[in-house]
Amino acid sequence: MRIDIEWLGEMLQRDLDPEQLAEQLTLGGLEVESVRLAETEGAPAVDGIVLDFDITPNRGDCFSVLGVAREVSALNGTRMEALEVPQVPASVEDTFPVTLAAPAACPRFAGRVIRNIKPDCRSPKWLRLRLERAGLRALHPVVDVTNYVMLELGQPLHGYDLHALSEGISVRFAEDGEPLMLLDGNRVDLQSDVLVIADESGAIGLAGIMGGQGTAVSESTRDVFLESAFFSPDSIAGRPRRFGLHTDASLRFERGVDPVHQGRAIERATELLLDIAGGQPGPLVEKVATTELPERKPVSLRLQRLNAILGTNLEPGEVEAQLGLLHIAATRGQDGWSVVPPDFRFDLEIEEDLVEEIGRMTGYDNIPEVAEQSPQHVGRATEKRLSEDRIADTLCSRGYSEVVTYGFVDRELADAVNPGADHVSLTNPLSQEMGVMRHSLWPGLLLAAQHNRSRQQPRVRLFEIGTQFGRGTNGVRECRVLAGLAIGAYRPEHWEGGARDVDFFDVKADVEAVLALAGRAGDIEFQPADHPALAGGQSARLTLADDAVGWLGAVHPRLQGRMGWKRPAILFAMQLDRSARARIPRYREYSKFPSLRRDIAAVVDEDVSADRLLRCVRSAAGDVLHDVTIFDIYRGTGIDSGRKSVALGLILQDRSRTLTDAEADRIVASTTRQLERELKAAIRE
Amino acid sequence: MASPAGLLEQAQAAVQAADDLRALDAVRVRYLGRKGLITAELKCLGRLPVEERASAGREVNRVKQAVIGAIAARRERLEAAKMQAELANRVDVTLPGRGQPVGALHPVSRTLRRIVDIFGAAGFGVRSGPEVEDDFHNFTALNIPENHPARAMHDTFYVDTGHVLRTHTSPVQIRAMRSEGAPIRIIVPGRVYRRDYDLTHTPMFTQVEGLAVDTGISFANLKSVLYEFVSNFFERDVELRFRPSYFPFTEPSAEVDVRSESGKWLEILGCGMVHPNVLRHVDVDPERFTGYAFGMGVERLAMLRYGVEDLRRFFENDLRFIEQFR
Repeated sequence: MRIDIEWLGEMLQRDLDPEQLAEQLTLGGLEVESVRLAETEGAPAVDGIVLDFDITPNRGDCFSVLGVAREVSALNGTRMEALEVPQVPASVEDTFPVTLAAPAACPRFAGRVIRNIKPDCRSPKWLRLRLERAGLRALHPVVDVTNYVMLELGQPLHGYDLHALSEGISVRFAEDGEPLMLLDGNRVDLQSDVLVIADESGAIGLAGIMGGQGTAVSESTRDVFLESAFFSPDSIAGRPRRFGLHTDASLRFERGVDPVHQGRAIERATELLLDIAGGQPGPLVEKVATTELPERKPVSLRLQRLNAILGTNLEPGEVEAQLGLLHIAATRGQDGWSVVPPDFRFDLEIEEDLVEEIGRMTGYDNIPEVAEQSPQHVGRATEKRLSEDRIADTLCSRGYSEVVTYGFVDRELADAVNPGADHVSLTNPLSQEMGVMRHSLWPGLLLAAQHNRSRQQPRVRLFEIGTQFGRGTNGVRECRVLAGLAIGAYRPEHWEGGARDVDFFDVKADVEAVLALAGRAGDIEFQPADHPALAGGQSARLTLADDAVGWLGAVHPRLQGRMGWKRPAILFAMQLDRSARARIPRYREYSKFPSLRRDIAAVVDEDVSADRLLRCVRSAAGDVLHDVTIFDIYRGTGIDSGRKSVALGLILQDRSRTLTDAEADRIVASTTRQLERELKAAIRE
Repeated sequence: MASPAGLLEQAQAAVQAADDLRALDAVRVRYLGRKGLITAELKCLGRLPVEERASAGREVNRVKQAVIGAIAARRERLEAAKMQAELANRVDVTLPGRGQPVGALHPVSRTLRRIVDIFGAAGFGVRSGPEVEDDFHNFTALNIPENHPARAMHDTFYVDTGHVLRTHTSPVQIRAMRSEGAPIRIIVPGRVYRRDYDLTHTPMFTQVEGLAVDTGISFANLKSVLYEFVSNFFERDVELRFRPSYFPFTEPSAEVDVRSESGKWLEILGCGMVHPNVLRHVDVDPERFTGYAFGMGVERLAMLRYGVEDLRRFFENDLRFIEQFR
């Protein structure tokens, strides 16, 4: 909300220093976002200063010059008395009938007929200027006057062309599907919880939100009917959002306008309109459903509770003075007060609301800082889960940089990565590119890599730890995931040369390093399997006790092409809820005796995996096998096609004594026999 | 045949003349080897008359020991010289090292770690919760009923009629208090979503929520903990300003500004005393327990700490940005 500071000064009857006022109001809870020179476009250049307020939703009472003036007075220690507006005597007898058909929603409706206003007149410059400085455009004098009074007193008004109204006005709820043509030219279909102003012809306005087109004032309007009503916040709240109509009126009614002074606003509007456009006013007619008016219930405020919540030592006298400045009536009781908030405050319903009032009147800066006196709780620290920080640190030290990508991704890319996945989609996405919740972190990583590669960064290694979303039996299922991507040379360009592309096994080592942190390196199997985002020949599923917990592989050529890359990226992903469940180390005494090494070269069929070979060696060699490595794989001359020679290095070590050469030879012999039998291996000498 | 003395003199000269280890070894073989000159002398001893053997033997052995000593001394010198020569052969120590350069932690993670560390030291445990939240936890339990104007403060992404992308990490307050009750001291880091995208808003950002509920907790305690946190975070004695504000789930509520080094007030977080309705929703008696809650934008803190001026940089994932943080 914007207000001309001079208008505020006029109501307070004093000069105001803009910067000082802005600071005082901001620290009092009415944030002044900016203090700026009035824009003079479309009006003669006149100096002026405009305050731009950011008013919180609880303070509906501050959406006017009057409301702000009240706050300024209170903060300065003066109670601003109720504003008196002169009553304009009626010069004609005309009235217009009004029925309160929904008295709980509209318990008060003030109206007045004004006849014979001059057509073709304009509002005076001073009024137009104040409207413009508040961000409103000057239009018809009737509209200008109603807007002016709304800004001044906080009461939205509406002016009808009397001749467009038929019979009488009724304030009622709409019928389901009832149509209404609005002032802005849009047609809306209403629901039965929408309050309308209606006449014989049907709905003619959305109560408290926007008037209708058919009854609006125009250049030719001679006779006017002015409306000044109180609509309860409950009957308006949410409807502006439903229709996408956040108007100056709805803003105020949703938050609550003063339910007493509807007549005052009409008197003020009449006074102004007569000055501008002449005319003869009829009598002010006010319809009231007294029992339905909002009632301010007494709230108990305990001094001890007040001081306990704020951490202060306020005296009863101070509290009473502050309540008085805020027009809050207080009756002293045993341990505090019974207070009744003023009609214009809709936000003071419980003790804590009053505590805040006293707090802000005291000034938050005057509340001391007191360290908590509380028992020390020993925090939780688990070793059973691998911390995400350790994972991130490990990957950083292996040359990966962390990215943070959005939780929503482009459905098309998501489908390309996980075809057929039942994506969790947003009903109101910002754009198609942010349409579905990610089912995988790979789309985000692919785009991040593409972003960097198209900016002269050929070598990119990225990881992200985040949430991915899928459908579970009970709705959306979320899962913490680590995912990564590497593309380009396996290491930076170096003076030794030899910068080959990163490949499956480079990245496998990174994945294994993370698994090792959780003590899981031996538990997770890499199984050849197909994933739609990965190239068939180079993709592995990570399984833990037969459950898939991740994937590793080269990006599928289809996706690679889509990214515009000439070389493949290597991708990995791991579900952390399973694979980061850490094994707590259990120390086992190591052998103090020397080990012996024996090498075996086994020629096996191509389809015999390293995993099978190693498993066979382990089971054959038994407990004395301390370690086994594959130190060479050879194909070509001397080896049949379809076969490969795998060189195995066996480290043999006994836990209780020194192994002899003869024992080592026996173990190798039984291992080779097992390899021959189980894997049809031929042992090369 | 030379006399032993002559032999010694001759051998010593040869030792001195040997200018590398190989030449020295040749000298050793020539004098001390199986067919060496001194070895031959020793072999000849047997042919001497018995009465001369002992003294001649002593003499030859003396010579032999002297030559061994000379060779050893010479070897030591030559080896030292050789090592010296090798050490003089420097590599170019200014050439770059080999291997993976270290990657960078995203600045949001870096900032989050500091926040978690600081509050961790103050006894706050870390909790987390789902990013797709139901309406109850995101709004209703936090005292934001249907149609409340405060809902408009959060431009919300909807997954379906009952579920939203959480607009704040506050719903975890509800989840944590429901399962743990009071007293409780937690912080909740996490991603949150708002349907807003411009110069100063991204549709996803990172928030840390803090909550302390215990007997006798006051606004003065809240001021103290936040002052301590902000001073720690910026590693300087900061000036804070508490402004009354409005959040449906706290009463009283405040916004906190920090005075920047250039003297400007910059908003850094929102906070307040937990609203009694929130406590009632989680079956904590508001007459017995009071509490404070605060929420801060992590990107905002990172921007102030590291001098980043454009919020959107955090989500572009440009390595030229990220790699400045390591």
